[in-house]
Amino acid sequence: MDNGKHVTSITSMLQRGLTFLLFMAFSAANFAADLDLRPGVTDMSQRIQSLHHTSLIICSVIGVVVFGLMFYSMYAHRRTKNPTPADFHESTIVEVIWTLIPVLILVSLAVPATTALIEIEDNSDPDLTVLITGSQWKWHYQYLESDINFYSNLATSQEQRDNLEPKGVNYLLEVDNVLVLPTNKKVRFLTTSDDVIHSWWIPDFAVKQDAVPGFINEAWTRVDEPGVFRGQCAEFCGKDHAFMPIVVEVQAEADFDQWLEDQRLAIELASGQAVADRAKTWAMAELMEIGEQVYVDHCATCHELDGAGQGSTYPALAGGEIPNGPMEAHIEQVMNGKADTEMQAWAPQLSDLEIASVITYERNSFGNETADLVQPITIYESR
Amino acid sequence: MAEIAGHTIPNRSPLMAFLERWFLTTNHKEIGSLYLWLSFVLFFIGGAMAMLIRVELFQPGLQYLEPLFYNQMVTMHGLIMVFGVVMPGFVGLANWQIPMMIGAPDMALPRLNNFSFWILPFAFTLLTSSLFMEGGAPNFGWTFYAPLSTTYGPPSTDFFILGVHLMGVSSILGAINIIVTIFNMRTEGMTLMKMPLFVWTWLITAFLLVMVMPVLAGAVTMMLTDRHFGTSFFEAAGGGDPLLFQHVFWFFGHPEVYILILPGFGIASQIIPTFARKKLFGYTSMVYATASIAILSFVVWGHHMFAAGLPLAAELFFMYCTMLIAVPTGVKVFNWVATMWRGSMTFETPMLFALGFVILFTIGGFSGLMLALVPADFQYHDTFFVVAHFHYVLYPGAIFGIMSAVYYWLPKWCGNMYDERLGKIHFWTAIIAVNMTFFPMHFIGLAGMPRRIVDYSIQFADFNMVSSIGAALLGLTQVLFLYIVIKAIRGGEKATPQVWEGAEGLEWTLPSPAPLHTFEAPPQFPAPQEAYKHE
Repeated sequence: MDNGKHVTSITSMLQRGLTFLLFMAFSAANFAADLDLRPGVTDMSQRIQSLHHTSLIICSVIGVVVFGLMFYSMYAHRRTKNPTPADFHESTIVEVIWTLIPVLILVSLAVPATTALIEIEDNSDPDLTVLITGSQWKWHYQYLESDINFYSNLATSQEQRDNLEPKGVNYLLEVDNVLVLPTNKKVRFLTTSDDVIHSWWIPDFAVKQDAVPGFINEAWTRVDEPGVFRGQCAEFCGKDHAFMPIVVEVQAEADFDQWLEDQRLAIELASGQAVADRAKTWAMAELMEIGEQVYVDHCATCHELDGAGQGSTYPALAGGEIPNGPMEAHIEQVMNGKADTEMQAWAPQLSDLEIASVITYERNSFGNETADLVQPITIYESR
Repeated sequence: MAEIAGHTIPNRSPLMAFLERWFLTTNHKEIGSLYLWLSFVLFFIGGAMAMLIRVELFQPGLQYLEPLFYNQMVTMHGLIMVFGVVMPGFVGLANWQIPMMIGAPDMALPRLNNFSFWILPFAFTLLTSSLFMEGGAPNFGWTFYAPLSTTYGPPSTDFFILGVHLMGVSSILGAINIIVTIFNMRTEGMTLMKMPLFVWTWLITAFLLVMVMPVLAGAVTMMLTDRHFGTSFFEAAGGGDPLLFQHVFWFFGHPEVYILILPGFGIASQIIPTFARKKLFGYTSMVYATASIAILSFVVWGHHMFAAGLPLAAELFFMYCTMLIAVPTGVKVFNWVATMWRGSMTFETPMLFALGFVILFTIGGFSGLMLALVPADFQYHDTFFVVAHFHYVLYPGAIFGIMSAVYYWLPKWCGNMYDERLGKIHFWTAIIAVNMTFFPMHFIGLAGMPRRIVDYSIQFADFNMVSSIGAALLGLTQVLFLYIVIKAIRGGEKATPQVWEGAEGLEWTLPSPAPLHTFEAPPQFPAPQEAYKHE
């Protein structure tokens, strides 16, 4: 074997070894990143991550020292090695030292926490304000500088949740209408709620603010890079607490302006469409088809696909009093909800056509045979 | 005619005798056993609920539990573990041990003692019966935030309210009894600063109970009137404030979490010196540290509400006060380590559990300190990181504390040694399982999984699976614990009066098992060395 070959094989071995080590280090780092609080995409979220690291490291060092002493003592001061115990049991100096040192450590943590907090609570001078209203179990976004507003619902299908279809990458973290925000703007979030307390949370912004009925809370963020960011309701809010995700799409300023323009056009189109819907007299089959879709999207989560309901909390529609009773009461309940229950007011959330068709659907499905038919114009006039 | 302790009672059928003995008993040892058995039974009920939760969270998707039922399990698991397992467990230990440790013949108010126990089975029957009611059991979390629990609560909420009232009455009466006993019935020479640490921590805990249980009663009463009598304490539409509920609840709730841990500190402070064969280091500072923790617990409730919309000044105040608690807690841990230092240690099961308690409770303390930092709390709040934190202080904290106490004093109670080999197996499986269950929850939380959700995004799947497997092991290992306890009660190696060669304190001068009536004449304190040696 000549020398050159030998060297080559050593270098290649070294190379392979290094690659392997690098790979290991990389996957370890990757793995560690999976275990860690994410850095997020704002200055504040990154500062919070570093505050998290500081406190974690301080706790770990204290842990290693204290537990290390404990384990050493368990080893060295066990009876077989140390049959006669010492008899000291007091020392004021030691007590004073281990009271004062923790105080100093705590001060070193309190300083960065305080400065960050003061900045977090400074909600002044926003460039854009979004009013976020939580309700069971969806979010409503209003851009206060314009008349754009929309609801944001979970988009993951019931089949995926019931394990009948494979789960997507963004399982439970996808919505029908995302909140769109511009880059490089201070965006202020005002949160409130229509029913119980919810909490609006995007981990990548390090923004978590409870939405409390009757009160308005504030938070803000500023994002530099475009992207899609996902979060969830963080405050326990009842049956579908797991199913009210939040998705925010941050767009470059020009794209955001274009999006605003598109939304304005869409609103105009929709109001034109609503006029057309009202003018038309709809047939039973058409209303039933639209109604079924609306029912599946909005009603089935509580009243079930077959209208069987869930106990007394979510009454059965099959054979139920309201869908088989007077039409006016049915329209009233769907449009304005029922006080003190989870039955919401749907008038602000659905179009005349949608409400008309879902009522038609409920009165003529699940064995209900009223043969009643509601036209959008009736709903329009009830508003 | 039979003669028991000087009283002549007519002969009864065995059933009547049994019922009379246990329903009408005013004996602190029998009532102590009743409390401990109730706690044990509810431990398995609450534990079974935890198993259901972990089974559902084993994989993403909805597998076994409907969301509404899942929420009921989350709620009942919390309520039962807090009010039905840890609190009665500690009260049972207090009943058995405090009179024996201070040289008293019984509790100061024995009939009250009977009453405060027998309220509890009714309270928990009321609470658990709601599972079978129309609309299901309470489903709003053990913290029952308004308006989810008021306007939107199921009909069974009223049973929950009544149940909480009963538990509160029981706790207040029990606490008054403990305070009166400790202040009035100590044997001559046992000044306050010579009391065993377990007695001290219970005295402080009893004061916390007397002070905060009425606040909880107030909170549930306001709920009741909001639900049925037209008030609007927590209803914004009527001029009320949902956050008022959280302030009232956590003004009770934060001292409550120390109620759940302080007696555990006392237990560790009894056990570690015994098995290190060395006096407790820094007795005086231990007492002051416990008292400081208790006092601070009244000014930190806001740290549960950082994301609820508190003003900056309040956030800073609650953050600093919360961080301050780390100081006396640290002093306690350092004192335990110093007690071990240059001792002559052996590692019987009570010692193993006590050491597991100190180490894992400290880990829970670390995450508690991290949670105190408001900016970071915005990321941790209401995630599994919090679930990891409070299970670390409650399971290897409070529950391990109770278990180490049971192993430690069981030979005194039943006269037989437990099976040491099985005890060690129990400890090692429990400590592996407890970490396997709760440690991954830190990671899931940091990754962004909210707590109290029935279904989760696929990125959280791996660690949830690990956690569920750990939970199954943890549940199984407690069946072993039950077996060990029953086995020891039924027989085994006879225990000596002192039981542990390093044990000191009045209870170890009594024969094992301790007779029904002890210290009818006040004993000498401190007990002379020969008092431990008699047969």
